[in-house]
Amino acid sequence: MPIGYYLALSGVLFAIGAAGVFLRRNLITLLLSVEIMLNAVNLSFVAFGRQQGSVDGQIITFFVMTVAAAEAAVGLALVIALFRHRESLNPEAFTSLKW
Amino acid sequence: MGSDLILFGLFAAVAVMGSLAVIGQKNPIYSVLALILSFFGLSGLYVLLEAPFVAVVQIIIYAGAIMVLFLFVVMLLNVPREDAAEWDRTHPYYRPAPAVLGSALAAATLGLLAWAFSRTPGLGAGVADARPAASSVGQLGRVLFTDYMFAFEVTSILILIAMVGAVALARKREQ
Repeated sequence: MPIGYYLALSGVLFAIGAAGVFLRRNLITLLLSVEIMLNAVNLSFVAFGRQQGSVDGQIITFFVMTVAAAEAAVGLALVIALFRHRESLNPEAFTSLKW
Repeated sequence: MGSDLILFGLFAAVAVMGSLAVIGQKNPIYSVLALILSFFGLSGLYVLLEAPFVAVVQIIIYAGAIMVLFLFVVMLLNVPREDAAEWDRTHPYYRPAPAVLGSALAAATLGLLAWAFSRTPGLGAGVADARPAASSVGQLGRVLFTDYMFAFEVTSILILIAMVGAVALARKREQ
């Protein structure tokens, strides 16, 4: 398997995640799109680590997963707090600070 | 080699289809389930890359723990009804300036990425050709608890802070 295949797939997944962040208007779907992007990067790390024959790529993947877990916990807590405030998950509903 | 390519295509298709379903669904519950499907595809790819421990962690931690957290919140908030017409009407995409500027930026990024990809040497090199795989849990643990010891300990503090922050943010305010 050429490594270019894995990198191309990683790029496609990252693009899908980025498109989700830009196009969707639902806070939960935005967080899910961020998870897609993190996983796309994980795939690159593991592929490069395999090519180098080292475990560093896999270990960085574990750290990325940890950060993703922390991000999901805090992000979802924020979503809950925001939903209590406005009864909506549409980011357009939270524009009180917009000038 | 041939079976590797078939399996890669299969798992890659699952991952890409799942991700597309995530951003294509109106109902967040289906989005979460599609993302779990996508994670199974990625897990298969990790097995192909001879990283079985990462593949298992991907399923247990990501699909099993983080996605369940997402599902809990989706069901707790009880907002599968997405007022599609109103949300679509307010979407910035339908205003002319963001539509034009965003499309131009996306096309430029895509072109730049394709240009960089076409000029990068060594992309055809086999991923498993040069070196033997280093993937046993023993090897992983030895490096994790020596070279990455500091990062590992800092991670525990990060998790603690995230936990306290999540509880503090989601708590109901005293009236």
